[in-house]
Amino acid sequence: MGITDEKVKQLEEKANDIRISIIDILEDAGSGHTAGPLDMADIFTVLFFHTLKHNPQEPAWPERDRLVLSNGHICPVLYSTMAHAGYFPIKELKTLRKFGSRLQGHPHRDFLSMLETSSGPLGSGLSQAVGMALADKIDHGLTSNRRIYALLSDGELECGQTWEAAMLAGKERLHNLVAVVDRNNIQIDGYTENVMPLEPLSDKWRAWNWHVIEIDGHNMEEIADAFESARAIFGKPIVIIAHTIAGKGVKEFERDYRWHGKPPNKEEETIAINELRTLGGKIRSEH
Amino acid sequence: MLNPELKLNTKLFDKNVEQIPIRQGFGEGLLEAGEKNLQVVGLCADLTESTKMDLFAKKFPERFIEMGVAEQNLASVASGLAAMGKIPFISSYAMFSPGRNWEQIRTTICYNNQPVKIAGSHAGISVGPDGGTHQAIEDIAITRVIPRMIVISPCDAIEAKKATLASVDTGTPVYIRLAREKTPIMTTGATPFEIGRAQIYWQSTKPQVGIAATGALLHKALLATKELEGKGIEVEVMNLSTIKPLDEKAVIELAQKTGRIITVEEHQIRGGMGSAVAECLAKNFPVPMEFIGVNDQFGQSGTPEELIEHYGMGTKSIIQAVTKILKR
Repeated sequence: MGITDEKVKQLEEKANDIRISIIDILEDAGSGHTAGPLDMADIFTVLFFHTLKHNPQEPAWPERDRLVLSNGHICPVLYSTMAHAGYFPIKELKTLRKFGSRLQGHPHRDFLSMLETSSGPLGSGLSQAVGMALADKIDHGLTSNRRIYALLSDGELECGQTWEAAMLAGKERLHNLVAVVDRNNIQIDGYTENVMPLEPLSDKWRAWNWHVIEIDGHNMEEIADAFESARAIFGKPIVIIAHTIAGKGVKEFERDYRWHGKPPNKEEETIAINELRTLGGKIRSEH
Repeated sequence: MLNPELKLNTKLFDKNVEQIPIRQGFGEGLLEAGEKNLQVVGLCADLTESTKMDLFAKKFPERFIEMGVAEQNLASVASGLAAMGKIPFISSYAMFSPGRNWEQIRTTICYNNQPVKIAGSHAGISVGPDGGTHQAIEDIAITRVIPRMIVISPCDAIEAKKATLASVDTGTPVYIRLAREKTPIMTTGATPFEIGRAQIYWQSTKPQVGIAATGALLHKALLATKELEGKGIEVEVMNLSTIKPLDEKAVIELAQKTGRIITVEEHQIRGGMGSAVAECLAKNFPVPMEFIGVNDQFGQSGTPEELIEHYGMGTKSIIQAVTKILKR
């Protein structure tokens, strides 16, 4: 296992470009969420540029893996990564949240058909991913080589529906299902452990018969290895709890829950983009 | 007289008319759908026998998923299955699906444009002794308001079977409203059925009132009509089993022909089928209307017959409504 240093460098540079796009389009939109998209940029980069079986030139390719974004509000990172991966022109990112745009404030398949699901209301993405994994298992049984990825926030684990889905996935032994929890510890009203404690989080997943992997969500090698090792798990769904730093990449935004649901203004954009550019693609984990 | 073209059950006015629960028709329809189409899957939230999904589950265990008591998950897992090309049918009591899981139906099924079929059993006040918590009398209102949703309320088990089979190929979300109790069989296998098409079951030469009924109460409307005929009052009766999309042409024609419309449904008056008819007629051909249904109340325990009478949906109430509207 493991990816080369060269690959790590490429991924880090790509993630940095994606973060710059996120800051750029959020300032332009004048509304939207900043912390989650920034802290999930590394995981999205690994997925779209290393792990996912997909084809940006043929989004509906039937053999593709499926990626379900449950917490739709972090769509600036989804849109930016998709654009950088070649699904649509990067300049289209500027239309985010504008009238008639394919890039709706929360993802909507009616406008951008290459999305696997529309999302926004929290807590229902894992259920949809479970449905996809079940369909794949009905058609291909245990030999299925396809992976269904469900990307979840930590705050949305407060929704009871997430645990309904977790129970079912454990019961059905969905080895083809990989959930990723963005454990950034923040939500709109504050820090998750103050709003509604989630710990012991990994024990909760184990209790429903999931295989749990915990990683540093900003370490490219760890992210790539986690997805790779998940492929070897038999008879259990897999959850990767990715410890991330809310607002990762811009020191002024990091770990502050107030960046959950607001965009940068022009001045903050300048600071953020200067910071991202001067790092020159050398973002390293602080863990 | 009964519309001869529709090949209805000629014994439907008999005292010992055959009675079958509407949900049984769904169960048989799903079984046949499963035989015809390998993409059909069934999901149930711990009410497999009650909702008659057991017929499908026994025959196709590999295409049946027991969800446990988790209706929100039921709706969204079905959406995921549909996204992979499956045609999922989900069943529970209507109070819980589409009741408890309305937002999941709205967002993950309808907004997502996935062709999930929602079978809501034990709908209406005739669930009886279980009491008000289990009597879904708001389900038509909350489903017909969602874009893309087709809403069907079959009048008997035979029509329920046809509706279930027809819903497989719509490519859209469908809500099928089912009832628990045995109710009279009004149609036959030969009665034509088409989603979105209302049918005149009882024809009159010079009708003074038009009744649009949905679900099993259609039988009460027909009984009332027969009784009124003896008193020299001519009524025309429509089976409005597809509530959305509404057969506007047929509804307008009935209003034009009769000049007075009464709607009959086992549902809250506010927001139900009567409201759908009123929306159509207010815009296109306003006529006096009366509404038979539950008047902004919750139900209680009792026998189905007691409850139908108590909440003003029986034959007597329909006759009173006809008398009243004729004076307007």
